[in-house]
Amino acid sequence: MGNARDRVGRGNAWATMPGLLYLSLLVLAPLLVIVVYSFLSRAKLGVGVKWEFSTQAYADLFFSESLSGVRGFDPTYLQIILNSFWFALVTLIVTLVLAVPIALWIATRPPRWRTLLIFLVTIPFWTSLLIRTYAFLIILNDNGPINSTLVGSGFIDQALPLLYTPFATVMGLVYAFLPFMILPIYASAERFDFRLAEAAYDLGAAKITVLRRIVLPSIRPGIIAGALLVFIPALGSFLAPELLGGGKTTMIANVIASQFGASRNWPFGAALSVMLLVITLLVLLFLAHLARRTNKSGLESNMEALI
Amino acid sequence: MRKQSGTGTGLKNFPLFATMSVMVFLFLYIPLLVVVGYSFNSNRVVTVWEGFTLDWYVEVLGNDDIQRALFNSLRVAVVATFFSVLIALGLAIGLQRLARAGSTFAWALIGSPLIIPEIVFAIGTLALFVQVGVPLGLTGITLAHIAFCTPFALLPLRARLRSIDIAVYESAADLGANEWRIFRRITLPLLAPGVMAGALLAFIISLDDFIVSYFLSGPGATTLPVYIFGMIRNAITPGVNALSTLLLLASIVFVSISYVITRRKR
Amino acid sequence: MSKAPNALEVRNVTRIFPTPEGTEVRALDDVSLDIIEGSFTVLLGPSGCGKTTLLRCIAGLESPDHGEIFLRGVRIDEQPVWQRRVNTVFQSYALFPHMTVEENIAFGLQMDKVDKATIKAKVSETLSMVHLDGLEKRRPAQLSGGQQQRVALARALAKQPDVLLLDEPLSALDLKLRRGMQLELKRLQRETNITFVLVTHDQEEAMAMGDTVAVFDSGRIAQIGEPRDVYVAPATRFVADFIGEANVLACDPEGRNIEGLGAVPPEWIVNTSTAAKYAAVRPEAMRFTKDDTGAGTITDVTFIGGDVNVTVDLGGQPLRARVAQLNEIPFRIGERVSVSCEPGSIRLLES
Repeated sequence: MGNARDRVGRGNAWATMPGLLYLSLLVLAPLLVIVVYSFLSRAKLGVGVKWEFSTQAYADLFFSESLSGVRGFDPTYLQIILNSFWFALVTLIVTLVLAVPIALWIATRPPRWRTLLIFLVTIPFWTSLLIRTYAFLIILNDNGPINSTLVGSGFIDQALPLLYTPFATVMGLVYAFLPFMILPIYASAERFDFRLAEAAYDLGAAKITVLRRIVLPSIRPGIIAGALLVFIPALGSFLAPELLGGGKTTMIANVIASQFGASRNWPFGAALSVMLLVITLLVLLFLAHLARRTNKSGLESNMEALI
Repeated sequence: MRKQSGTGTGLKNFPLFATMSVMVFLFLYIPLLVVVGYSFNSNRVVTVWEGFTLDWYVEVLGNDDIQRALFNSLRVAVVATFFSVLIALGLAIGLQRLARAGSTFAWALIGSPLIIPEIVFAIGTLALFVQVGVPLGLTGITLAHIAFCTPFALLPLRARLRSIDIAVYESAADLGANEWRIFRRITLPLLAPGVMAGALLAFIISLDDFIVSYFLSGPGATTLPVYIFGMIRNAITPGVNALSTLLLLASIVFVSISYVITRRKR
Repeated sequence: MSKAPNALEVRNVTRIFPTPEGTEVRALDDVSLDIIEGSFTVLLGPSGCGKTTLLRCIAGLESPDHGEIFLRGVRIDEQPVWQRRVNTVFQSYALFPHMTVEENIAFGLQMDKVDKATIKAKVSETLSMVHLDGLEKRRPAQLSGGQQQRVALARALAKQPDVLLLDEPLSALDLKLRRGMQLELKRLQRETNITFVLVTHDQEEAMAMGDTVAVFDSGRIAQIGEPRDVYVAPATRFVADFIGEANVLACDPEGRNIEGLGAVPPEWIVNTSTAAKYAAVRPEAMRFTKDDTGAGTITDVTFIGGDVNVTVDLGGQPLRARVAQLNEIPFRIGERVSVSCEPGSIRLLES
């Protein structure tokens, strides 16, 4: 007797099993395979792996053979990882600066406007990342609208090389991930009880002070969630550097991709992926630690903000 | 006498926020509008405007390869949506019953496609399929899509489920309905809008996906985004703009319908 | 000739809940109760006293950890909810939002696989019973609170259950509506002759509706009886305090010396006891006269409509009294009075 029959209609835990099983197979298993592959050897023809244990892949991250056959420290990949980190950080900061005002602005509009406005913010999120990245290919092009107007109006003589630069990559990243930052912050902002701000005003605080000391701390959970949803995907982003960066901006994802494509070194690609996963985990833990210091608003409720 | 909050006092307006917001909205939409605009550009040189035309649409829609790619995308999206909604339904119903540890694990599993970089999933799935012997192609793409469409199908579903008063289930049982009948006559009908919204979202996500489809594609198994990528890589022909506009339109229409459904029966 | 079985028999039911801190709380502690066929019984008590838990155990929405429940002589505590011939009116009404009024009412009958014609007739019949004719096609969202409540009632009555359970059905209604519904419910119960068991925390409501009132205190029944008996002759300090207002004063085991009042004339006390702990006297039974040498001093006078609440300090013990006064208030703060009680108004309580 007891609690077994309680809570009629509250569902059945067994209903989750098929789903969890499937997800384990298609989410966990790939990750496991990657970890395993990173410790195997490169296959003869490049596709697949040779089932021989080896840490060569990890070694290749730091060392390489020069043309004369000498093996020495090679900072190339570390540089790329650092670059990627840098790009992701810039993206994070820019999206944060852009997202906070608009999230707060929408949250302080009358309720009926709010749903419409946030829906308008959401729409780009649901369009293809490929197309959104491609759009900047057109815009930043030498013949694109920006350059055309600048040259046409006589501002400059020659088209600015906007495309195939780090700038273009960052633009692409910011554009891709801005909604990911706006939505969680908005979710937090919407839950903010404006009467707290009113109380502060009543006590004589200026707007800036209220913003800094009352509002921003309250939306901290949203900011942290947004950081999570922007930084890591930006770090592992493929399309923006590929299409907009030219050969000059390579990020981790591009290197990984080529290992499974032209360069044909699966274990190395796997090792890079493991590095990416480790970094992801560290960032997750860091952000979780930050989140614990405030009111934990779960990942779940911020994910729901996307709807 | 102090004015009530929410009736237009300046208190809710922070300096420059309105301006910045407008700028952000413009920033979000102008690139899309540029693509749409250029799709009607009669100039072959993609980025210089000449005149209005629908030629590119005609060309694109008549292209066999594109038609096949579109058909492939739709096939994958429909199947992936169906299964991810089924899985999401099971998860929505059972998640609240899982013990703490199980629930955390489940959520981590469900949410991971959103956090972990897509490239890792793409090549991981590729490696898994190669290892296990799953042939690359539409089937493989579909299997992968089911996995990462599930969180999108789940969220509206779960939101809908939570909005239902528990007493409604208890009342149904009280009036003589056993668990199965409760599910069929109460839970499912009440969840229906959530199911629809979830299906639409899952569909869009599948349709729009590039990275996973790219790495898992095989001969003759190109999806629309992968095809578009090829077009971009090889040469930017104006057809890309037309195709992109069509895809944009589809996404926007679907997400709008999903939005309307979710807002209505609240 | 054997006696007909009681509508409900609750035998030694115990329900234990674990608390977040790791301990246990006994929502129901060895509760036993007989409910007579065709009666209107009210389970009364403050929040958390167990009354709703008992109701849910009877309905089947929770199961007792110990004890049994019998419905007309048949043991039901191991039957699942949907099999019991008991129906519930929920506090939140719990109407099915996606069904119309008539579909809501028909639901229970459909579960019994009753034929369509009979269902239609029954739906009309119950709608008339609750005075909601004509609203068949409406949806719950289109109804007012009072209307929703009556649909919930109709839905539960449609199956003509052996017992009808009502979980604080009137708590969401405003005062006027509530008073009207109290009479409605009593009328319905008499007309249908179905055994009603209603849970409430409002003691006035309990007095107004119930044939029998069971007062719950921390998972146990403190007293069962007719409303008047429970009011006039409370068995414990808790009941005296919860029902109406009372001055509960410490006293010696034989009631000869009462805190504040001192040694009182035996005629004032209504019962005898050798194990008394408290003496209870209602504010309206207190009397005073102005007396400069009196033992009491007025410390507060509050006018509340038709009555006046007066607080008197008697030897350090504050006593609350209520005096009906239509015109001027006769007492002022600081005045000395001598205090007495109506004969038979003091009751000795052993717990």
